[in-house]
Amino acid sequence: MSEATAPKAVEAPLTFLDDRLGSTTFFKRNMKKVFPDHWSFMLGEIALYSFIILLLTGTFLTLWFQPSMTETVYNGSYTKLQGVKMSEAYASTLHITFDVRGGLLMRQIHHWAAILFMASILAHMLRVFFTGAYRKPRELNWLIGIGMFTLGMLEGLFGYSLPDDLLSGTGLRITQGVAESIPVVGTYIYMFLFGGEFPGQDIVPRLYMLHILLIPGLLLGMVTAHMMIMWVQKHTAMPVKNQSEQQVYGYPFYPVFMAKTGAYFLFTFGVLALLGAFAQINPIWLFGPYDPGAISSGSQPDWYMGVLEGALRIMPNWEVSAWGHTVSFNVLIPALVPLGIVFGGAAAWPFVEQWVTGDKRHHHVNERPRNAPVRTATGIAAVTFYGLLWVAGANDVIADKFHVSLFATTWFFRVAFFLGPIVAFIVTKRICLGLQRKDADVIGHGVEAGVIMMSPDGKFSERHEAPREEERHVLLSKENTRPEAPARDAKGIPAPGTKGPIGHLRSRLNRAWTFDDIPVEEHPHGEQAEIEGGATSHEVRH
Amino acid sequence: MSDDNKDTAGRPGPRERVIGTPSPAREKALLAEDDISAPAGVGDQLDEASAKRAERIVATLFLVAFAASVAFIAYFIGWSGRDGGMHGVSRARESNLWLGGLMALSFLALAFGVTIWVRRLMTSKPIVQERHELAADEETRAAFTEDFLEGADDSGITKRPLLRRTLLLAAAPLGLAPLVLLRDLGPLPEKRLRHTYWGEAVKKAQAEGKKGARLVVDGTNKPLRVSDFSSPGSMITVLPEGIEEELPEDQVLTQNAKAVTILINIPADQFKPAKGRENWHVNGIVAYSKVCTHVGCPAALYEQTTHHILCPCHQSTFDATDAAKVIFGPAARSLPQLPLSVEDGYLIATSDYHEPVGPSFWERG
Ligand code: FES
Repeated sequence: MSEATAPKAVEAPLTFLDDRLGSTTFFKRNMKKVFPDHWSFMLGEIALYSFIILLLTGTFLTLWFQPSMTETVYNGSYTKLQGVKMSEAYASTLHITFDVRGGLLMRQIHHWAAILFMASILAHMLRVFFTGAYRKPRELNWLIGIGMFTLGMLEGLFGYSLPDDLLSGTGLRITQGVAESIPVVGTYIYMFLFGGEFPGQDIVPRLYMLHILLIPGLLLGMVTAHMMIMWVQKHTAMPVKNQSEQQVYGYPFYPVFMAKTGAYFLFTFGVLALLGAFAQINPIWLFGPYDPGAISSGSQPDWYMGVLEGALRIMPNWEVSAWGHTVSFNVLIPALVPLGIVFGGAAAWPFVEQWVTGDKRHHHVNERPRNAPVRTATGIAAVTFYGLLWVAGANDVIADKFHVSLFATTWFFRVAFFLGPIVAFIVTKRICLGLQRKDADVIGHGVEAGVIMMSPDGKFSERHEAPREEERHVLLSKENTRPEAPARDAKGIPAPGTKGPIGHLRSRLNRAWTFDDIPVEEHPHGEQAEIEGGATSHEVRH
Repeated sequence: MSDDNKDTAGRPGPRERVIGTPSPAREKALLAEDDISAPAGVGDQLDEASAKRAERIVATLFLVAFAASVAFIAYFIGWSGRDGGMHGVSRARESNLWLGGLMALSFLALAFGVTIWVRRLMTSKPIVQERHELAADEETRAAFTEDFLEGADDSGITKRPLLRRTLLLAAAPLGLAPLVLLRDLGPLPEKRLRHTYWGEAVKKAQAEGKKGARLVVDGTNKPLRVSDFSSPGSMITVLPEGIEEELPEDQVLTQNAKAVTILINIPADQFKPAKGRENWHVNGIVAYSKVCTHVGCPAALYEQTTHHILCPCHQSTFDATDAAKVIFGPAARSLPQLPLSVEDGYLIATSDYHEPVGPSFWERG
C-alpha cells in the first residue's frame, strides 16, 4: 500500500497545499470519517442543497432585478401590461420573466427552492426532535437550526415582497399593520422600516439589501457552524445493531458518502428544475403591479407563513383602548404568541428535558420515539398546534370547498386550537406506551412464529420464537427508567435537587416523565427455554 | 476541526480508547459481517458480470446527462434566441419547458447514475470508528485556567480597577452608536397617521369657495355625479380629487394607500345612519375607508344582498348599513366613515375622516 503513488494531477495540488497548510494531516484524518446510514439523515442535506441552489439562482436574478420603487411605464414584451405604470422592481421582474432567457426558470427554481428549503428544515427538525438527537452534546446545533428556520421565514417574506406585484404589496401591507400594533414603539418601527408611510419609496431597496446580503450572510455562517459542529461531534446513529455510544458504524466519507451526497445534490437540483419547468409558481404577471386599493381574492402566502396567517384569522377581535392608548391584542397575540410558543419552547426543550430527567450524559445513539413518551407526545402536540394554525390559514378555502360557513370553520379552529394539542398529547402517549408494552412482550415472550402446535392434551397454541438479532438490538435499545431516590431519605433529609418549590416541581415533572415507563428487558433465566418449548404461547381458540 | 478519526477497519492492532468509556466490544465482531444490512451489491467482491451490467447502465445515464446538457445549450442559443430573443408569454413558457426539462433530465440522469454506481459498484466496506470524549481532560483544563489567569494578571486588568472601569465606560457608548446612526431611517410618526389626502383636498376646495372635495373614480379619475351612481347595491372605489395630479409622483401611491375609499349605494329603507352622522350620506350613498382596520388589506369585497363588506385577507366582515360595524372576524373597529354631500350634482366629501384610518396603533387613542 505504502508504495502506491497517486496520479500526478492529484498528487501535485495536494503536495502544493500540504507544503503550505499541512493539509494532508487533516485529509488523512477525515477522509474516512464514518457516516451512519439512515434515510432520515438526508433531510438536512436537502435543506443544505436547497440553500446552495438558492444562492446560485438568486445571484442570477440579481443581475437583472432593479430594487427600485421609482415609477416607470412598462413597454416590455408582455403585451397585457404594456403602457401600465408600475415600479421598476415589478418591471424588471417582468423583464427577467419574459425577456431574459432562462429567467422564468431561474425565478421558479428560486421560489421552489425556498419552499423546499423551509420544508426540509422543518422535516429535519422533526426527525431530530422525535429521535432525541438534540440531546447533549448537540444542543447548540439544535438552537442554530431553530435560528435558521426563523431567519428563513424572514428571508422568504422579504423575498416575495421584492417583485412589488399585487400579492407582495399585500404581504407588506400586513407587515405594516403588524408592526403598527406593537405597543409604544409600533409606529416608530413602521416609519423607520418604510422610511415614512406605506409604501413609500424605500422599502423594496431596503428589503433587497436584507434579502441578498445580510440574511443570506447570517444563514451561510450558521450553515457553516452547523456542519462544523456536526463534523466534530460526529453524526448520531439510529439505535440499531453495531451502533453504540462509543462507536459509530457506517460507510466512510470517501468514497461512499461523498458519492451519495453528491447524488443527493443532483437529485435536489434535478427535482427543483423539474418543478421550475412544469409547476408554475408565483406568476406575478397575472397579479399586476401593486395598487393599495386592489386585492386578488384567495391569495395565499408561502406555506411557512401559513401559521401566522391562520393565527391572525382565528383570533377574536380584542382591542383595548385606555388613557389615550390602544393595544391591538387581535394582531399582537397571533403575531407573537403561537410562534413564540413553538420556537421558544423548542429552544428551551433540550435544557428543560435535561433538568427534568437529570440526565447529563452524552447521547450519540438516538432514541426511538416510543421510548420517550412524554417527549414524543409533546412533539405531536406541537405539530398539532402548528398544523391547526396552518390549516386555519386557509379557512376560507375550506369553508368554500366543504360548503360550511366561515363562522363555523373559525369557531372550529378556535376550539381545536386548545383541545387539539391536549388530545394529541394523550393519544400519542397512549400509543407510545402500547408500543413499549408490545416491545416488552416480544423481548419477554418472543414473537409469534405463525406455527400452531397441539399439545398432548389437545390444546392448540402458537409457537413463539426469540426475535431476530437485529430486532432484539433495536428493542433493547430502550433505557428503562430507574425510579428516582425518594424526595426524603429515612432521616427526613430532602434529597438534593428536591428542595423548595422549584425542586418540588422538578420532582413532579420527573415523575410525570417516568412513572408509566414499561421496562423492556430480557428475563435472566428460564424464559429462553420456555420460548423454545412454546409453553408461554397464547392459546388459540376456535 | 480537530477530531481524530482513526479508521479502525481491518487493522488488528489495539484501538485507542478513551478513559472512562467501557471497553469497545472488539470480540463481538463489529466489523463487516454477512448479516450486516449493507446496501445490496456493496461488498468486497463484485460479481463481474453484474458489475459490467451496472457499469453499462451508469455509463448510459451519464451519456444521457451529457446529451441533455448539450441540448440545453443548443436550445438556449438556437431556439429560444431565434427572431431576436424571447417575446412574451408563449415564448417564455415554451423556453421554460425546454430549458427546465433538459436541465432536470441532465441532473437526474447524473444523480441516478451516481446512485447506481454507489450501490452496485463501490466496494467499500462499512467500518467502525470510536467516538471520542469531546471535552478536554482535567489536566488541559487546569493548564488553560492557569494560563488564562496568568495572562489576566500580566495585563494588569485585575489589579487596576480604574483601568478596567474606564475601559467599560468608554465601550458603552460605542455599543449605542449603531442605533443612533439608524435614526434617519425614517421620519417620526407625529400626526402623519391621523390625516389622509381627503383633508387636504377639502381644504383646497374650500379655499376656492366650494363646499368640499369631489370624489373621483379610482382608475379613470373622473369626478362622480350622484346620477352616475344611482343603482342601489353597487360599490366602487373612489379617491379624493387631485390626488394624481397635484402630488409629486413619489407620493401618489402612499397617499392613495391611506385615502382609498369605498362608495356604496344602500337602498334607503335598509340604511341605518349612525348617531351624529345623519347627514353624512347622500340618499343612502355612503363612503367608508377601504383600508381594513385589522392589518390594512383592502376591504374590497361587497355582498350586495347582505350589504356586508368583506376583507379577503382574514375575513373581517363589516355591515355597510350600520356604520360599517364589525360583525365577524378579527378586526376590532368599524371602518371609518367619510362625510358626504352633493354640490352641483357631484358627490363631495365635506371633511377628512374624523379618525385615523387603517390598523390600530399605540398613540391612536
Ligand atoms: S386585514 Fe382585513 S381582515 Fe385582516
